[in-house]
Amino acid sequence: MTKLRRKVYMIAGYNTISMGTGRKEFNPKKERPGLEEYIKEAGQGVLKAIGGAQNVDESVIGNFIGARFNAQANMAAFFPFIDEGLRYKPAVRVEGACGTGALALVTGIRSVLAETAEVVLVLGVEVQNTVKAIYGADILAAAGWAKERKEGHAYFFPGKFSDRSKAYAQKFGEEKARSAMAKWFQNAIENARLCPTAQEYHNTTKDLIACGMNKPNPKGFVDALNVYDCSKVSDGASAIAIVSEEGLKRCGISKHDAVEIISFGQAEEDITKAPEDLTALTTTKVAVQKALADAGITKDLIGTVETHDCFTIAGIMATEAIGFAEHGKGTDFVLEGNTARNGKVPFNTTGGLVGWGHPTGATGVHQAVTILEQLTGKAGDAQINIKPERPYGLTINMGGDDKSLVAIVYKKAE
Amino acid sequence: MNYTEKLQNVTVLGAAGKMGSGILLLTAIEMADLSLKPENKGKLFVLNAMDTSSEGLRGLMKYLKTQVLKAAEKKIVGLRDVYKDRKDLIDNSDIINQYAEDVLFIVRPTLNIEAAYESTVIFEAIKEDPDLKVKIFSLINQNNKKSPWFCTNTSSIPINLIDSKANLGGRVLGVHFYNPPAIQKLVEIIKPANVDNDLVEFALMLSKNLKKIVVPSNDFAGFIGNGHFMRDALYGIQQAEKLSERMSLTEAVFVINKVTQDFLIRPMGIFQLIDYVGIDVCQYIMSVMNPYLQDEDLHSSLLDKMLELGVRGGQNSDGSQKDGFLKYEKGKPVAIYDITKHSYTLMSEVQPKCDDLLGKLPTTIQPWKAVVGNKDKESVFRTYYNELKTMETVGAELARNYAKRSKEIGLKLVADKVAFNENDVNTVLLTGFFHAYGPINDYLI
Repeated sequence: MTKLRRKVYMIAGYNTISMGTGRKEFNPKKERPGLEEYIKEAGQGVLKAIGGAQNVDESVIGNFIGARFNAQANMAAFFPFIDEGLRYKPAVRVEGACGTGALALVTGIRSVLAETAEVVLVLGVEVQNTVKAIYGADILAAAGWAKERKEGHAYFFPGKFSDRSKAYAQKFGEEKARSAMAKWFQNAIENARLCPTAQEYHNTTKDLIACGMNKPNPKGFVDALNVYDCSKVSDGASAIAIVSEEGLKRCGISKHDAVEIISFGQAEEDITKAPEDLTALTTTKVAVQKALADAGITKDLIGTVETHDCFTIAGIMATEAIGFAEHGKGTDFVLEGNTARNGKVPFNTTGGLVGWGHPTGATGVHQAVTILEQLTGKAGDAQINIKPERPYGLTINMGGDDKSLVAIVYKKAE
Repeated sequence: MNYTEKLQNVTVLGAAGKMGSGILLLTAIEMADLSLKPENKGKLFVLNAMDTSSEGLRGLMKYLKTQVLKAAEKKIVGLRDVYKDRKDLIDNSDIINQYAEDVLFIVRPTLNIEAAYESTVIFEAIKEDPDLKVKIFSLINQNNKKSPWFCTNTSSIPINLIDSKANLGGRVLGVHFYNPPAIQKLVEIIKPANVDNDLVEFALMLSKNLKKIVVPSNDFAGFIGNGHFMRDALYGIQQAEKLSERMSLTEAVFVINKVTQDFLIRPMGIFQLIDYVGIDVCQYIMSVMNPYLQDEDLHSSLLDKMLELGVRGGQNSDGSQKDGFLKYEKGKPVAIYDITKHSYTLMSEVQPKCDDLLGKLPTTIQPWKAVVGNKDKESVFRTYYNELKTMETVGAELARNYAKRSKEIGLKLVADKVAFNENDVNTVLLTGFFHAYGPINDYLI
């Protein structure tokens, strides 16, 4: 167990809507909010709750690839645009593909630990509906090794996880894998229907399992995933404040409304190398183990998890990487209902990436906001019951194909 | 028959028209796909897009670019494999743009008929005018030393007539695409008596590669598609005229349009369909078909009158609907032409009275949109027609009679040997006209 040298808290989370297909108000032919609007909405949402910009010492913005989706770089300079009170204050932009959000969180945590800041505003944002999905696939492929792009699938990342899904099905049985993926999809949508900002909030499909059971169509898409296995293209931003004890006081926020960061595990894997085992999220496992070890807890104390289900198969493999199920048994764990909102360890209680949405650079921050809401009883209709014997929350945010990993352990502040 | 060889030099006549542009697009893509096969490397593929309108050809090239990009986006998974040896093409966008370039490089827009003198296959989609078609085919045939094949898109003119008058010796086939050709799945293949079998084989292979549904039709004016539609339309017009004895013609048009759309659960009412095809086109096709018909007069004086008043329907070059029997706003009918006042009357003004006459809608009715994709639609229609049978409203009676007449027309096409069987008639209506059920059914028995 390695305790953080200082107490670190998260407070005042804010999510914009995850915008994209599925939302009633989404119309690809009409002009939509851009990066600026999402950044401003999420940033101001947090500032309002923490007593204004004057309370902020530093800021961190996470964005994966606005340089291509929006022709925009130098994102840290948007903080003064959120509020003039942030003008001339330090800020930094971080990037780690789809794991960007949690890297932004970790950057904020490190600032508080380093005592350069008592209050850090952390924001993640991505606006991806600026291009059709088929061109978005090119842009998102940058999360992998560029030299693999030529050999890769038209839908590069679905292709990567289709390979994983295929390997998993071959090793552990196709039918069960497909059923578990369908079940994961069902849980994701049912949870998203309880969260007004979720992309699938308006989803009214009756037979979700039937959708999830659809046979993949290799001619039009990838070999071993159907479209319901995939997170959608999303626009959105999430923000949160990371503070010290002093920061809490400065912002006038009670510990009742805060979560404490118990530990975090960070791990990087070589982007030029193929996964050593397609059927396992090896780097995820390392990051989670590190976070649990530092927290001095076992998985059995975890009451809820927000995991990076960019694809349903990644959700199932995460249950194994955390240790809830043996290798190859994550399917059973999911099918038995353990990850459902009334199950042993509810996963992705506002829908996760499949249900809530996946504005890539914002996802890690969104996960933290959901854990904050759940542990402090502010999740509204999506609220789950946090049992006293399982008081911890866990987030897992992944960049690329199990390359850039951050796992964070949280507990309601005391 | 060497399929690839035949497709190395092709001309589409009337390429800028609404049918021609679609046929050109499909052919261009098919030819490009052939040219990209490793075994065809280095072979020259030429597709002449011939039209008399220079402005039309400019529009065509714009349309092609957009459509080819869309097609490439759709088949990107396969295209990445096609270009796998091109190291410079990495992103989907690289490949999609290259493919669009490869397709467009095959197409040569031209105003000159001489372009067709080198072609091995000629697709024709010009005006539905027998004399003009014969004249152009003869001209090409006399000057082209390659004994080219002619595929005509005529929807009404007997192919035998073209063959003999243009002296083509069996080198002409009816290949009737439906509008718009890029989207509609149906192709009617019409074989004249002494047709070159290689040509038929070629057309079948092409249709298959274009993923079309082929329905063979006998070479009888109007074939299956217009054979049904023109009679169905004429019946609708006659019913409206009959109703106009008890209400205004404007109201009667509303009533029949509503019966044919809502009560018959079709994608659009019969007057909207006439407008869509064009009142002038309908009149013209009827006049082309009529001389070949015995015991019936396929002619409507109402259509003549509308055209005299300058009301034509049809579509603008951007695909939007022109006003005809009905007036359209954003593609939806909002008013009906009043032939006595020479102006449009809002539907909302006539609707209450017409709805009153029609009586209440059957309770099991569903809009076309809701049932067309329903796997279990057979039982939906059965239930619906069972209810319709028991109703005594004017609406139900009109609908029953219309359905009966539609079936009768279909059966006559089979009896007259225009269609080879009942199923072919239903397929044409289902795929070429987007009906949700075939006219030949037993729902009313």
